[in-house]
Amino acid sequence: MLDYAWLVLAFPAAGALLNTFLGGSLGRRAVGWLASGAVALAFLASLGLFAQLMGLPGHERSVTVHLWDWIRVGTFQVPAALLVDPLSVTMALVVTGVGTLIHVYSVGYMAEEPRYQRYFVYLNFFVLAMLVLVLSDNFLGMYVGWEGVGLASYLLIGFWFDRRDASYGYYADAGKKAFLVNRVGDFGMALAIMILWTGLGSVTFLEVFAGVEKLAAGTLTLASLLLLLAATGKSAQIPLYVWLPDAMAGPTPVSALIHAATMVTAGIYMIARTYPLWEAAPAASAVAAWVGGLTALLAATMALVQVDLKKILAYSTISQLGYMMLGVGVGAYAFAIFHLITHAFFKALLFLAAGNVMHGLHGELDIRRMGNLRARMPQTARLFTVGALALAGFPLTSGFFSKDSILFAAFERSPALYGLGLFTALLTAFYSFRAVFLAFWGRERDPDLFARAHESPAIMRGPLWILAGLALAGGGLNLPRVLPLLEHWLEPAVGALEIHAGLGLEMTLMAVGGLVALAGIYLAHARYVQEAAWAQGLAQGLAPLRPLLERGWYVEDLYRAAVVEPLWALARFSAQVVDRGIIDGTVNLVGQLHLLASDGLRRLQNGLIPTYALSLFVGVVVAVLYFVFG
Amino acid sequence: MVPTSYYLILSGVIFAIGAVGVLVRRNALIIFMCVEMMLNSVNLTLVALSRQWGNLDGQVFVFMVMAVAAAEVAVGLALLIANTRHQESINIDEIHLLKW
Repeated sequence: MLDYAWLVLAFPAAGALLNTFLGGSLGRRAVGWLASGAVALAFLASLGLFAQLMGLPGHERSVTVHLWDWIRVGTFQVPAALLVDPLSVTMALVVTGVGTLIHVYSVGYMAEEPRYQRYFVYLNFFVLAMLVLVLSDNFLGMYVGWEGVGLASYLLIGFWFDRRDASYGYYADAGKKAFLVNRVGDFGMALAIMILWTGLGSVTFLEVFAGVEKLAAGTLTLASLLLLLAATGKSAQIPLYVWLPDAMAGPTPVSALIHAATMVTAGIYMIARTYPLWEAAPAASAVAAWVGGLTALLAATMALVQVDLKKILAYSTISQLGYMMLGVGVGAYAFAIFHLITHAFFKALLFLAAGNVMHGLHGELDIRRMGNLRARMPQTARLFTVGALALAGFPLTSGFFSKDSILFAAFERSPALYGLGLFTALLTAFYSFRAVFLAFWGRERDPDLFARAHESPAIMRGPLWILAGLALAGGGLNLPRVLPLLEHWLEPAVGALEIHAGLGLEMTLMAVGGLVALAGIYLAHARYVQEAAWAQGLAQGLAPLRPLLERGWYVEDLYRAAVVEPLWALARFSAQVVDRGIIDGTVNLVGQLHLLASDGLRRLQNGLIPTYALSLFVGVVVAVLYFVFG
Repeated sequence: MVPTSYYLILSGVIFAIGAVGVLVRRNALIIFMCVEMMLNSVNLTLVALSRQWGNLDGQVFVFMVMAVAAAEVAVGLALLIANTRHQESINIDEIHLLKW
């Protein structure tokens, strides 16, 4: 089976190709099921790899499957090869597993879409690129996948490129924004790869990790910080998170798959994969941890005031990715991956449930126009609530265990970061249930919309029930101390975290985390359901902060003024002054000179004999002068 | 003996008068006459220098020049008469259909 690891990639590739060339004649349903089947087969192949790895003893669970010699230029040798180890297989399972559920959901959600063929081709292509990213055994292969998912993201965000609205602007612009902001990060990654190759002569992970000691501390820190830049782009952290809220312009299943469960986790995966670099560059790790913690808090504050249901979830994703970044920053790679997995479950669930809401409300996403939706779509309401519970970290849900593991790891290394994370958890619980209560509880605020609201078809509920089950039971993947399955499984790939704290402290922190989650939910209930006076008063007191939060702490305004406007000015200058003025002007000038010269010379041939006589005479005079003086 | 320079200067003057005539006069026949004047001025130069050096080559060349001039006149007048079939005027400014 391991020799056939390439099948994991072959299935989505085949799906994309078949749908591209034959999709037109296959019919709507067939295209969707073909794409879903491709990803499902990739999931089965990943399960096969998992089973095979389980059969190997722990220290041997790292297999390189060579596909072909990709680059061979003198000393620069890069193979096209896959690294099958616990980390890559885990990621592959998440990508293909959640991916299959989302493909199936899409068959229902995009049933009325005229360009469904393009949609499923892009979706399969995304899965292919993501798998290349997580399965590659070297930096360049990963970079190919990195760019590929960026491209898929651009194509899918701007899927309805001819649309615009008040919330997202021109949908095509949202796609461009995502691509361009990511480019800044990709630049960092390219530089990092170059630094590593220059220092170590290889881009293969295993060879680079083996030679880490040979690099100077400064070089390592620089390379790691550049990788961090790349991760902030892909995983939407400070300073490159601004593309994610706008990315909600894409179809909701896309938001679920790419911008919640998989693509955005690529940065976290990358850091976990390259953990020897980070272990050797503690400065960079610290920066990563703080970037994560601050992003988590910042994004949570912005989620508090959003009225677009998907944007609440988008800022929530940025915030949760911050937790994962915090996790890898403090060296808790396994915990970060744990949160990555549980987040994939409950965030995909939340997004798809939002998709159900959109579907039932004919495209409406403004929570101010919702209310009491559980009366009209009870299953979706329950499913969304399950997701919210996991997101908030309600005790015993998967999100509870994964978030607490990160907070516990942070506590030992930086109480300040722990405090940030804990406060953010409070905000997280609050804004999650703000969404639940405003959308699904209370009185219907728009009676007409409410009357037309309906539950979604089974194909759009089935995958959600599966995700809900995983969101609730996912904690079983890693019960700390009791059954740390995931930690042990990932150890060959990401090492083990040294824990000095005792069981008592860990249990205490877990209890605190649970209480914080309950407190947040209670606050939201008091404010939005009971409408208690003290809660309203508190909101009133905090009202002056509202404009700051609604404008996203003016970050995007800052970017616009400091980066976007100058670049546009430069572009305008280049287009109008340089291109049209100087370059076109020069070319036109040459033409004009020609016309001028030919105009003048034309006069020599006017058919008048006296003119010709004069020309003869002048010529003779010149010749004589030449002979006399020359 | 008359200094040779007198002849040469006279020849130059006659040549200049002929040249200016070719450029300035409008009547085609006058222009032909001016061309003849230029040729004759050259004849004068040749003969004067021939007498100075006592060499008859110059005078023999004058014969050639005169023969060519006569032939040229015949051809030129024939051309002019041929053109008269199209228009009556022999104003050189109006004979420009040569470009056809």
